[in-house]
Amino acid sequence: MSTLLELSGVSVSFDGFRAINNLSFQIGEPEMRAIIGPNGAGKTTFMDIITGKTRPDAGSVLWGEKSVSLLRKSESAIAREGIGRKFQKPTVFEAQTVRENLAMALKNPRGPFDVLMHRKTPEGAARIEALAEEIGLTGQLGRIAGELSHGQKQWLEIGMLLAQAPRLLLVDEPAAGMTPAEREHTTDLLKRAAETRAVVVVEHDMEFVRRLECKVTVLHEGSVLAEGSLDHVTKNKDVIDVYLGR
Amino acid sequence: MSLVQDSGPRRPFILRHPSVLLFLGALAAFTIVVTILSEAAGLGLVSTSFVKTLGKTLCLCLVAVAMDVLWGYCGILSLGHMAFFGIGGYAIGMWLMYARTEAIVADNLAAAPIPPTPQEISDAIGSQIFGVVGSSEFPLIWSFADSLFLQLLAVIVVPGLLALVFGWLAFRGRVTGVYLSILTQAMTLALALYLFQNDSGLRGNNGLSGLQNIPGWEDWPQSVVSLVFFWASALALALGYVLCAWIVSGKLGSVIRGIRDDEARVRFLGYHVESYKLFIFVLTAVIAGIAGALYYPQAGIINPAEIAPIASIYLAVWVAIGGRGRLYGAVIGAAFVSLLSSWFTGGGAPPINLGFYTIQWTDWWLVLLGLSFVLVTLFAPKGLGGLVDLWTERRRTADRVGDYGPDKGAWRREEGEE
Ligand SMILES: Nc1ncnc2c1ncn2[C@@H]1O[C@H](COP(=O)(O)OP(=O)(O)OP(=O)(O)O)[C@@H](O)[C@H]1O
Ligand SMILES: [Mg+2]
Repeated sequence: MSTLLELSGVSVSFDGFRAINNLSFQIGEPEMRAIIGPNGAGKTTFMDIITGKTRPDAGSVLWGEKSVSLLRKSESAIAREGIGRKFQKPTVFEAQTVRENLAMALKNPRGPFDVLMHRKTPEGAARIEALAEEIGLTGQLGRIAGELSHGQKQWLEIGMLLAQAPRLLLVDEPAAGMTPAEREHTTDLLKRAAETRAVVVVEHDMEFVRRLECKVTVLHEGSVLAEGSLDHVTKNKDVIDVYLGR
Repeated sequence: MSLVQDSGPRRPFILRHPSVLLFLGALAAFTIVVTILSEAAGLGLVSTSFVKTLGKTLCLCLVAVAMDVLWGYCGILSLGHMAFFGIGGYAIGMWLMYARTEAIVADNLAAAPIPPTPQEISDAIGSQIFGVVGSSEFPLIWSFADSLFLQLLAVIVVPGLLALVFGWLAFRGRVTGVYLSILTQAMTLALALYLFQNDSGLRGNNGLSGLQNIPGWEDWPQSVVSLVFFWASALALALGYVLCAWIVSGKLGSVIRGIRDDEARVRFLGYHVESYKLFIFVLTAVIAGIAGALYYPQAGIINPAEIAPIASIYLAVWVAIGGRGRLYGAVIGAAFVSLLSSWFTGGGAPPINLGFYTIQWTDWWLVLLGLSFVLVTLFAPKGLGGLVDLWTERRRTADRVGDYGPDKGAWRREEGEE
C-alpha cells in the first residue's frame, strides 16, 4: 500500500475562526478510512481543501506517486486527477434523468469539444446499466432525478462517484436519510470500492462506521484527536470527553 | 422517453427530435406561403416592405435561439448579445456601402475626359462616405471594405473574438449572475458610445445607410431582393436552429444544463466550467453576428443606437416571454413580441380613449411590454412555449396512477420537469 494523498500542517481560518488547525493526514491506495468527529469539527472543510473548493492558509496537500501539490490546481483539474466527491447534502442534477446524471459522471474526456462530439457507445450504455444495478436504480434510468427519494438521490450520487472511476473517493455522510437496509447496502458498496481504491468516509453513525471495519480518524476542532481502530479510538480519553461533552 | 434511445441502430438526429422536424416543416411552409403571396411572385398580397419585416423577424428569431442556448440552457444572462448582432451588421454594411459608392463614383468619373487614377477614385469614394462626418480619409478599420469575402469573414471573426476576450476575462474571474449581466450591459454601452463618436471611423451617429441596395443586383427590383434575403434569413434560422438543437440535445447540453443548475457540482465532476461557458458564449455571439449581417441589409440602415443596452434587454424579454429552455419558445417569443411591437409603435394599434385620457400606444407599448414581462416571469415561467405543453400533455396518457414518486410527497413529473 503506497501513500496516495498526504496533507501536512494544513490550516485554514474563516474570518479569524480556525476551522482546520495544523492538520496532517495520510491515506494509501487501496485503503478505507472513516472520519468521525462532532459537528463543526471540520470534516467537510477537510474535503473542501482536498477538492480545491477551499484554499488553505498554510500547509501542503500532496497527491500520487509523484507527490504533486494540489494547491495550485483548479477544482476540475483536481477531479480529473482522480478525486471524486459525494456531498453531505445530496447534489444531483434534479432536472435531468438518472441516465443523464450517470452519463455526465462517466469517465470520459472532459473538454468541451470532446463532449460536443461525444457519441453514445454500447460500452458506455452497458457501464451505466451496471452502475444502475449496483446502486439499485435499475429501471429508473429514464426518471428525472428530482423525483427520486432522498435515499435514492444519495445512491445516485454514489453511482456518479463510482462512474468517475476515481482513485480517491471522498464520501460525506452517505447514510443520512437511509433505511437500515439501505445503509447496509451502502456499506457493501463502499467496502467493495475500497478493495481497489482509497475511500474516505465521513459519518456520524457509529454503527455504520463499525461495519466499515477500517481505521478511524477522529477530528476535533480542526485537528486529529486520535487515530486507529474504532475500538482503540473509542477508548481514548480525549475522544470520550469530546463525544460526551457535546 | 430516453429509455428507448440506446437500443437499435442510431436514427438521424432530426428524426429523434420530432420538435425539430416540426419546426423545420412550419418554417418551410411559412416561407413558401410568404413567397407565393409576395409582390415578386405576382400575387402581391404581402407587400415588399412586409416581406422585409418578416425577413428581419426571422433574423431576430435566430439571435433569440442563440440567446436561449446561452441563457435558457447554460444559465448565462448576457445583456449584451445585440452588440454582436450589430457588429455583424456593421461588418457587412461596410462592404455594401463601399462597393455601392464605388460603383456610383466609377460611373460619375467615367464621363470625365481624363481617366481617373486609383487615388482619385479612392478619394472620391472616401468623401462620399465620410463627408457627413467631415472627413474623406479612409479610417484603418475600412482596410478590407472592398473585399466581400473578408467582410463576410469579419461577420464571424469580430463578434467571435470580442466574445472570446470578454468572456475569457469575465468567466476566468468567476463573474456570474447579475454581475455578469451588468458587465455585458457595460460592454454593449461602451461599444455604442464609441461608435457614436465621429472619429470612430464608422460615421458616428449617422451609421451606415443604403444597405438595401446590393451591389451587382442593381437590375433587381427590391421586391426580388427582399425575397432573396427573406429566404436567406429562413435558411439561416433553419440551420441555426438545427445546430443549436443538436448541441443542447447531446451530452454537451446535459453539461451546460448542469452548469446552469449547479456549476460547482459540474466542476467537481472534472469539467472545466469556464471553458464550456466560453464556448457557448462565443458560439452564440457568432450566431448573433450572422443574424445581424442578414438583418441590416433588409433594414437598410444601421447606427449605434441599434446596439444600445436596451436592444439586448429586449432580446432577453423575447426569450423570457417565449419560454426559456426550449428553442421554439425563443422563436415564438421573438416573432410574437417583435411583430406586436412594430404594430403598436408603428401606429397600427388604435388609441384607446378613456374619456379623461387617451392611451397612445406609441407611448404606452413599452409599459405594456414591461408589465407582460413581469407577469410572465412571475406567473408563467414557461412562457408562450409552455402553451405547447398543454397540448402535448393532453395527448400523453398518464404513465401511472396515484403517487408518482417512490413514496408520498416525492416530486411529481411536472415538478421534475421544471
Ligand atoms: N465557508 C465558511 N465560512 C465560514 N465558516 C465556515 C465555512 N465553512 C465552514 N465553516 C465553519 O468551519 C467549521 C467546520 O465546519 P465543517 O462543515 O467542516 O464541519 P463538519 O465537521 O463537516 O460538521 P458537520 O458534522 O455538522 O457536517 C464550522 O464551525 C463552520 O461553521
Ligand atoms: Mg460536514
